[in-house]
This record gives sequence, C-alpha cells and structure tokens, in this order.
Amino acid sequence: MGTMTIDGRKVEFTDEKNVLTVIRKAGINIPTLCYHSEVSTFGACRLCTVEDDRGRTFASCSEEPRDGMVIYTNSGRIKKYRKLIVELLLAAHCRDCTTCIKSGECILQELAHRLGVRDIRFENTREIHEIDTSSPSLVRDPNKCILCGDCVRACEELQGIGALGFAYRGTEAMVMPAFNKKIAETDCVNCGQCRVFCPTGAISIKNHMDEAWEALADPNVRVVAQIAPAVRVAVGDHYGQPKGRSVMGKIVNALHRMGFDEVYDTTFSADLTIMEESAEFLKRIEKGENLPLLTSCCPAWVKFVTDQYKDFIPNISTCRSPQQMMSAVIKEYFREPEHAQGKKTVMVSIMPCTAKKAEAIRPNSFTKGEQDTDIVITTTELIRMIDNFGLDFASLDPEACDMPFGFGSGGGVIFGVTGGVTEAVLRRLTDDHSKEAMREISECGVRGEEGIKEFSVPYKGMDVKICVVSGLANARKVMDRVKNGEAEYHLIEVMACRRGCIMGGGQPTRAGDRTKAARAKGLYNADNTMIIKKSDENPLVIELYDTLLKGKEHELLHNEFY
Amino acid sequence: MLDQSYYRKTDEIIEHYGRKAASLIPIMQDIQAEYRYLPGELLTYVASEIGVTEAKAFSVATFYENFSFEPKGKYIIKVCDGTACHVRKSMPVKEALMKELGLTHKKHTTDDMMFTVETVSCLGACGLAPTLTVNDEVHPKMTPEKAVELLEELRGEKA
Repeated sequence: MGTMTIDGRKVEFTDEKNVLTVIRKAGINIPTLCYHSEVSTFGACRLCTVEDDRGRTFASCSEEPRDGMVIYTNSGRIKKYRKLIVELLLAAHCRDCTTCIKSGECILQELAHRLGVRDIRFENTREIHEIDTSSPSLVRDPNKCILCGDCVRACEELQGIGALGFAYRGTEAMVMPAFNKKIAETDCVNCGQCRVFCPTGAISIKNHMDEAWEALADPNVRVVAQIAPAVRVAVGDHYGQPKGRSVMGKIVNALHRMGFDEVYDTTFSADLTIMEESAEFLKRIEKGENLPLLTSCCPAWVKFVTDQYKDFIPNISTCRSPQQMMSAVIKEYFREPEHAQGKKTVMVSIMPCTAKKAEAIRPNSFTKGEQDTDIVITTTELIRMIDNFGLDFASLDPEACDMPFGFGSGGGVIFGVTGGVTEAVLRRLTDDHSKEAMREISECGVRGEEGIKEFSVPYKGMDVKICVVSGLANARKVMDRVKNGEAEYHLIEVMACRRGCIMGGGQPTRAGDRTKAARAKGLYNADNTMIIKKSDENPLVIELYDTLLKGKEHELLHNEFY
Repeated sequence: MLDQSYYRKTDEIIEHYGRKAASLIPIMQDIQAEYRYLPGELLTYVASEIGVTEAKAFSVATFYENFSFEPKGKYIIKVCDGTACHVRKSMPVKEALMKELGLTHKKHTTDDMMFTVETVSCLGACGLAPTLTVNDEVHPKMTPEKAVELLEELRGEKA
C-alpha cells in the first residue's frame, strides 16, 4: 500500500508486484519485450527502464513499488535510451518486415514505429542461421530472435517441457534446443505457447493457407470446413467486434464466400466425444481398471503422456479428439456415392491450436490407413485468409452452419475452455435435465481459470474424484502426485494451454487479462443461449448413431495409443 | 554410441555429488577431467538423472568456455591473452603454434589427438608474460620460436 508519483501525478498502489504494473495501471503503456505477468520476471530487454528523482535509472519490471517513489517514464534521457535499445536490437535483426509472417503483429516492428526509429546506424554483422521447419506445427527462424527468452520461460515454466534454452554466450548467444537439434527431435509437444509469447517472427505457426486456397480453387474438390469452439470467440476483436463475443455466424458466412462447400461445427463432434468418453468412463469405473481416465481431446497433452508418462498410456481415453471424430465421420459420409457426387472431399479443420496440425498426421488417428483431416488452419491463419480475400468481416451477416453436422449442444461449445469437457461429461451422466441441475454442475468447482482444480461429485452412491488441469507444468505436478500414490482421481482432464483452447497456440497473440476472461465468458454465453445443453440430447448425434455410425463406432471414433 | 563404461563412471560421479540440479557443474567438470572432454551423450544422461532439462544443461555447458564437446588432445596448450600477455605479444605465440600444428580458428585439436590450442583470459601470471600452460604446467616469457621448440620437445616425448 502506498502512493507514488509517476510523471508528476500521484498514483495509489496496493499489492502490485512491480513498478511496471503500477505504471501501466496509471494508463501509461510502457513498452516491454520480455515481460509477461504469467512467467518469471527476466529483466533482459530494459525497455521498461524509468528514472527516479535522484536520476537513478532502473528496469521497472524488476523493482518493487515503494511508498513515496517519484518516477519519470518519459524523461529525455529515458526516451533516448529506449530508442537506442530498439535500434540496437534491429541492428542484429532481420529487417525484411514486408515479407515477414509476423508483420503487423510484431512487437519489435511496432516499437520501432512507436519510438520513431527511422534509421539504423549500425552494421548488421550477424551470421545467417538455418530456419528450422522440422516441426509439423511451428517454424523457428533464429535470425529473427532478439534473445528476450520469452519462449524459453513459457516452455519451461508454463508447460514444464523446456525444449528451448539459451546457448553460448555474449555475441554468440542464441536460443535453441539442446545441441541445436531440430524442434521435431526434442520433447516439444507442438502446443505453440512459445509462438504466443514470441514478440517477433522468430517462432511462428507453420502455415497451411496455400494448401487450403489450392483446394478451394479446384472444381473437382469438395472443401469441407469444421470450426472448433474456441475459434468463434477469438476472431471478432481483430475486426473491432467486442472482445470474446462469438462471431460464429460471420465466420460461417466468410467461409461460404471463400468457396467452402460445406461448413460444419466441431461442437457436433465434441458431443460425439462426450457420448463415447462418458461411456468409456463408466465402463472403467465399473471394472475399476485404467483409472484415472485421462482425457484425449488435447493432442499436446496426449503427446506429453505418450512421451513422458508411458506407464499411463493405457489410461488415456481411446476416444479420438473432436477434430478427428469430425473428420472421420465426414469422410465416411462423403464416401457414399450419393453424397460424393464424383468429387473428392478435402477436410479443412479450423482450430485454435498448433498441435492439431501434428494430430492430423498422427498415424494412429487415421481411418483405414488414410488421413482424415487434410489441412489444419489455425485461427490466426483464418484471419489472414479473410483479410487476403478482402472480406469486410464486420459487415458480414451471420449465417448458419450446414447440415447434417452443423449443430452441437451447449456441452460441446464449452470444450474450448478448461473444465468444459468435464462439465459436459457431468451433464451427460445426470438424468436430470432441469436448469437447476445444470447450474449445480457448473458450480461444483469445474469452472474457473485456476490451473489445477480438484473436486468430487456424487454418482450412484460413490464419490467421483476429478482433477481439471490446464498448463502442462501443472499437469506434470498432478501426474507426479498420481504416480507416487499421493493423489487418486477417477478422471483427469488436461488442456495443455493455460485456460484451455481459448488461449491455444494458434490463437491471435497479445491477449491481455481482459481478453482472456472475455473469451471464456464468450463460450459460456454461447452455452447459455443454447436450448440443448446435454450432448445426448443433440438430435443429430442420436440420429447418427442409428445410421452412419452403426457398427462403425470403434473404427471412426476411437484410436489406440499402444 | 558410447561404451557402457562411460555411463557407469558417470553414475559414480552423479552419486558422489548427489542427484540435484545444483550438482550439474561439478558433475560436468569431473566428466571432463576423466575424458578430457564432455561427451554430449553424457550431458543428456546427466540432465535426465539430476532432473534438469537437456536444453538447460546445454545452456550451462556452452556458457562456460571451459567445457568442450569435442575430444581434446593429449597436450592442452592454453595461451594467455590477458591484458599483460596481450601487450607483450601473446597472439604471435598462439599463431606460431597454430601454424606449426595446422590448426585454425575453428579447429583447435590436431588430427592425431596430440595437441589442443586454446586462448584463456588470464592465468594470473602477468609478471611472466607472455605465458602459456601445457596441461597446467606454466611456461613463462614465451616467444614464437620458443613455442615451436616447446612443441618439438613435447613431440620428442611422444617418440
């Protein structure tokens, strides 16, 4: 508690952990490249340096607020230093902004513009390094790295993977995996959080937009899209729509205009997942085997378990993820000649996730040895495609998805936020359809942005113990406790990214606390307005089990991990 | 692929310092003392045994000039290039050694694994500048000629 003076104005502070936070709360957007409130403070970029009344300069991210502090954020000296820092960073940086994938979203580019850097006085003497395209999800370009270490800390502290690290020293320092291995050769799970944290184009999404345009241009191809729940709440703010508001109808319209023949909703197959996973869960509880059940919707988490917790592979749900169920069902549907109409079907999946790109090519999720999901486009790529096409997104009228796979229940929609899968399973397990029952489930401890949520719910006289986790570092904590017999659960839901898919590695970056909260709220609001809340009440799902899925449930909806 | 004996020795070293992250540097030093370099496979092994990520262990190993992933020669010649040695012309000494041994700025060890030539910042023997050490034995007041003679002496020892 106390008061400090920032640029001549008195500012109150309470428990802010550093001066930087107080300055930002006072309405001054002081620039940073290496500061993220969710990971440890690093103090490397020095852009948040401020001056006090004694002429002392310090990095405001690394200084605790003290009562009576007098701070200047924009003194002549500070402005000069700040500009020089950006100039020096640019001196050793690739400057091909016009062709850079990060152009327009790059913080370094923005700062150079904001601080008025018009000329780089220094010669670029950095040697050119090879670009790593080995990963199915991400591209690492060391030439665009500014050594802020954001990716290193995100990978290690949030995700508990630590695939990246600093190597060498001084002018030779670089960020790389151990022994400069390719990303594909490391423990990387393709979650893409490094790319979310990277302020420049040093780590970016491996793009598949060209493949999608190619399919759209081919008259002999039926291009089918599926849209994941978390996508609809992350596109609008790019086009001036309120943060977190679902713009599903506009996305559907945009895709139709771009030439997609059919546009379906992944919440439909999320309902299928709930049907299958609930049945599997009950069967395992009945037999008392392979518990806890580990959810299998998140491919980064699945890779984490299959790589690092091999003993628990039998615990992973055999259910395919909603993406893979959707693609398998759709491919099967269009395999029938009356639906195929002589056209080849290309499945384009629009996801908030970079790991989905890896999941699509994971051989154990193929049907009859064939890849079901042909192209995975992240939310970020979708926005680029909309821009590329020149659509005025804000003015598009909403449209409905196509039938027969264009509708999902409220339980399917909330898959995109941590706890959503569990909540949908709990809805499925109750016979009570009343809104009181739905509310009771939502208040059992399943909601909220905490990384680890533990609670139990009564089911047929037993106490079902559940743990809902987001962030793989949290998952590691939980798995180690389970492994050492310190904790026992019946069900563990894990989403690799903190807060769930709404903050996935393929989502638009630079989401602050308000955006994060708004995206979760957006999905819960979408659920609130849904007449059908329970997956087992989705009439399209019920019909599918009686028709196309009959006798093919296992082939189309499940996969084995061993 | 390293012989199993390397891993057994590494296990001994790990046991000696304890399975904790803080043991990383002493463990790497002992491995390097044993084999005259730090085999990459052992770094990976140590990292997993003491619970640090491979990238972190690599980060530490590459930060310190002392650790080498390349096998070093029988004689490790460290030419001092601290301020005192530098002004008394230590670099011509190093260049003479490199020329005689056919080494370059990228290649520090001879093909016959006899000699490794490195630069160090200060050996703390400024009064004896320019100086170098051969496997920790100090040779004072070097000249390019004396350095080449020294090599011949060491080669003679081999014969």
